[in-house]
Amino acid sequence: MNIRKGVDRDIRKVFLANAILAATVLVGILVFLLSYGVRAFFPSPLAFTDPSSRPVKVSEFLTGTVWNPDAYGQPSYGIIPLLLGSFITTLIALVIAVPLGVASAVFIAERLKGWQRITAKVIIELFAGFPSVIIGFFGLLVLGPFLARLFNVPSGLNLLTAGVTLALMSLPTIITVSDDALLVVPNSYREAAYALGASPWITATRIILPAARSGILAAVMLGFGRAVGETMAVLMVAGNAPVIPRSLFDPVRTITSTIAIELGETAFNTPHFFSLFALGFILFIIALATNLIAESLFRREKRSFTL
Amino acid sequence: MGPSGCGKSTLLRSINRMNDLIADTRITGSILIDGVDILSEHTDVIELRKRVGMVFQKPNPFPKSIFENIAFGIRIHKLAQGLEIKSRVEKALRAANLWEEVKMRLSDNAFSLSGGQQQRLCIARCMAVEPEIILLDEPASALDPHSTARLEELLRELKKSYTIVIVTHNLQQAARLSDYCAFLMLGELIEFDRTELLFTTPKDRRTEDFLSGKFG
Repeated sequence: MNIRKGVDRDIRKVFLANAILAATVLVGILVFLLSYGVRAFFPSPLAFTDPSSRPVKVSEFLTGTVWNPDAYGQPSYGIIPLLLGSFITTLIALVIAVPLGVASAVFIAERLKGWQRITAKVIIELFAGFPSVIIGFFGLLVLGPFLARLFNVPSGLNLLTAGVTLALMSLPTIITVSDDALLVVPNSYREAAYALGASPWITATRIILPAARSGILAAVMLGFGRAVGETMAVLMVAGNAPVIPRSLFDPVRTITSTIAIELGETAFNTPHFFSLFALGFILFIIALATNLIAESLFRREKRSFTL
Repeated sequence: MGPSGCGKSTLLRSINRMNDLIADTRITGSILIDGVDILSEHTDVIELRKRVGMVFQKPNPFPKSIFENIAFGIRIHKLAQGLEIKSRVEKALRAANLWEEVKMRLSDNAFSLSGGQQQRLCIARCMAVEPEIILLDEPASALDPHSTARLEELLRELKKSYTIVIVTHNLQQAARLSDYCAFLMLGELIEFDRTELLFTTPKDRRTEDFLSGKFG
């Protein structure tokens, strides 16, 4: 009895230690990002030798419409074009991937049985694990030229291609998570609907999907996270001009690509260097905000639908 | 009626082809409704299930409001539109003896009802599409005695206007409710007769044993 109690206590400690470790790492990342990021807004140690390395103004950073930290003597650090780049590409990706992904999930969960289901799941999960560089290749050499020809524009490296590429990347996530959400809908709902003479289509759209909606919402949020955080593929196909896009066929630059492109080319401890960490912090805030919104939506869901 | 695992539910679910939903189902023979074989491949299963409604063992309302639970069947079969839906919902709920209890809270979630109320809601949902036959699969087995009594009262009312096929392992319930009774055992139909005859003078030894409580 005592031994069992002791083991119980020890295991509890192990779990507690793990939890603390995970939390510490997370907080550590946040502190690290923040401590580097804020230094962009204070005079840098190099300010005396290099006149262009003046500190970034917070208002300029948050509302500026030009991102050009390399301009000699006149660097600009406006994140609006990058924010727009990230958001619009993600929006396009979700507009394509959510309906397609949810529809595929309905098909897989409701219509496929046995080995067909397993095959479909394996293929999709394989696709989810694809290295993003490979998808970037595909976007660069196949999708981009195809879309350019389709819409008769000179270059396929633009907002639309980036959005479609991101849609491809978030599709597997959306499908698998939605599929799981649909599978946990009790079979008794299906039976009830079918017994009333509902067709499979009506059962899926009017009963099963609404019943699974919090899970579907989670799928959409994960898809959003995948799209907004994706770096490599979008870097390869977006054209990467840090300007505010005027049409679907303008090049864009996302927050993630900017960090990836510029971090290797800036001098250490310059405002430019630190401003990239500030970008990272913004990305972190976006992820956090999405999670909190999703969480509060789930809560509301739970309140209105408890057993 | 019959002991557990004798195929009561399977037989019942054949009558509205619910077994179609189970993978690898094989169905042989024929089931005639008004002289038409519903197992034939020409049967419109959706139309069949509209004519032959079903109530399950465990109450299974949709995770929707009380009103929407009833309105669902009316909407998908386009039986009514606009305001008429409301009057149909009321009619179905009245027919299931539920109206007085829920009329002030039609927009509440169906899960806020008690088990017995949920089961009557499922019956109302089934009747809202105006079936000719209602199949009930041990509808009272998840209910307390009081709810069971209310449900049986309702079923006695309903059997005046509907054909009701009810599965039960409760002998008294079978005796109380039915006009005709079939006894199944191990997937086989042992005996079928008018209820009072079957209960008083069973022809088969196994029926007699079951009725006298030797097994079951």
